[in-house]
Amino acid sequence: MLVYLLRRLAVALCVCVAVSALSFGLMFVVGDPAVAIAGAGGSARDAEAIRHAYGFDRPYVVQYLGWVGHVLRGDFGQSIYFNMPVTEIVRARLPVTAILGGVSFTLALVVAVPLGIVAARKPGGLTDRLALLLAVTGQAVPSFWLGLMAIVVFGVWHGLVPTSGADTWQGYILPVVVLAYSAMPAMMRITRSGMIEVLGTDYIRSAEAKGLPTWQVIVGHALRNAILPLVSLAALQLGVLLSGSIVIESVFALNGLGRLAWESLLRADLPVVQAVILILSLVYVVLTTAADLVNAWLDPRIRGVR
Amino acid sequence: MAEEVIRPALWRRGLRNVALMSGGSVVVLMVLVAVLAPLLAPHDPYSQDLTRRLLPPFWIEGTDPTHLLGTDHLGRDYLSRLIYGARISLGVGFGVVLVSGLIGISLGLVAGYFGGLADMGISFIITTRLSLPIVLVALAAVAFAGASLATLITVLGLLLWDRFAVVSRAAAQSLRSRDFIKGLRAIGAGQVRILFLELLPNMRAALIVVMTLEVANVILLEAALSFLGLGVRAPTPSWGLMISEGRDNILFDPWLTALPGAALCVLVLAVNLLGDGLRDITGGRLK
Repeated sequence: MLVYLLRRLAVALCVCVAVSALSFGLMFVVGDPAVAIAGAGGSARDAEAIRHAYGFDRPYVVQYLGWVGHVLRGDFGQSIYFNMPVTEIVRARLPVTAILGGVSFTLALVVAVPLGIVAARKPGGLTDRLALLLAVTGQAVPSFWLGLMAIVVFGVWHGLVPTSGADTWQGYILPVVVLAYSAMPAMMRITRSGMIEVLGTDYIRSAEAKGLPTWQVIVGHALRNAILPLVSLAALQLGVLLSGSIVIESVFALNGLGRLAWESLLRADLPVVQAVILILSLVYVVLTTAADLVNAWLDPRIRGVR
Repeated sequence: MAEEVIRPALWRRGLRNVALMSGGSVVVLMVLVAVLAPLLAPHDPYSQDLTRRLLPPFWIEGTDPTHLLGTDHLGRDYLSRLIYGARISLGVGFGVVLVSGLIGISLGLVAGYFGGLADMGISFIITTRLSLPIVLVALAAVAFAGASLATLITVLGLLLWDRFAVVSRAAAQSLRSRDFIKGLRAIGAGQVRILFLELLPNMRAALIVVMTLEVANVILLEAALSFLGLGVRAPTPSWGLMISEGRDNILFDPWLTALPGAALCVLVLAVNLLGDGLRDITGGRLK
């Protein structure tokens, strides 16, 4: 396990380096940051002065290492638009995205797993068909459109929930449900197909034959094996949720990281965009690494083979 | 030769597969609508008439029979814009998949067939790509390269090759040790020949399924980017852009938002059903 752990962590670290280099490189691929900071009214001499003051005239590698050094100390630089430390802005917006992502992920999981299990018990049955229908539509509906429609129906026509903002917890209801609905199908399908496979095996039949209660067979014996692919997928889906919350936050006017990144893009406020891309990527790397480690812990074969 | 035996069975399975047939026919219909848009559209999708703005569709009172689905905030015929919108969705969908498929399949083939260092390197690229928040990176790239159809297709094509790479890598790995490939290597067949003339045709079933599901994925992503104002640019009739334009009038004319979204749902649902159906009949495991 230790060898596997170290190997997996080494890969994760390499990915972190690559991702940070990419988000750092974004600054230079997309244009001259000095010109962006100088603004529309800035002259070439202003840009030159800024280039020197900010150190943009140093070699890329030196700049990158300097930037990483600051990031490791929690300093993402200054926002061009707010003229404030990026870290402060991000810290103020992070809770909204974390709540939105975390709660919708939990909701999706809580719906997907039991639904997948029930559907798998009688493939082709009524519950199975309904579950698949729910999954198929969930994958086809654009979440931002569903959000807008939900605002019209529940917010405007019926006045059940606020139409925008998250000043109260009710403001989270629609965005959470909409996001969860887009994340649920994949998790439901993988639980279902995993359970169908496991329920057909001999050891489940003998567990049933020795008279164990159904729920004990399912939870204690079947789910344990069917859950491996779900763990990997769930980590992926949480990343997708965080990424997808960009659109949802803008629809529901929630002041989260996603909306911040989008608005900063429109304002060409690159340090903020960089920081958000890096943070979301790192969250993803941490999640997938954790999922792999959990799977290795659940299934000794994974760490043995490697 | 083996084909002759498999073909009829495959066709029969296909005809009996409800998802495949229903999804497939809607997709064919949508493609026809997109191709024949100039013949089908009752009006020019770009011509504005500010005196006839926001006419309601046929099921709401005060409708105009020449504008079956009403007009938008600039007085453009909504039905015509929806019809032309199919061109954007399908065009971007197929365009992106051509680019991303080429990149992903090449990477996956090389990684899976050669293994070793090549595999390590390419797997690392795939992992890195997967950890980037795709919507945000695409938005950033489009924002700075300038929003246009060509940029959009290039950017999405360069970003969305991961599923192709993962699937073709796995397929190449399992084919690598098969006897016919070993035999080809033994008689000294060129690597390029083995990769593209032997491995590739043998994994086409899996790749067609991925391609279909990716088209659906791309269509949704294009709509989201256009909705956020960093995809297809006005006045091009993209369904995502129409949803965002309709948003300003959502209180009094929610149908302006509802219609393009419904069109998106139908198209994506159909493409997904087609992909699921293809996976079922070609013997894919996952359902």
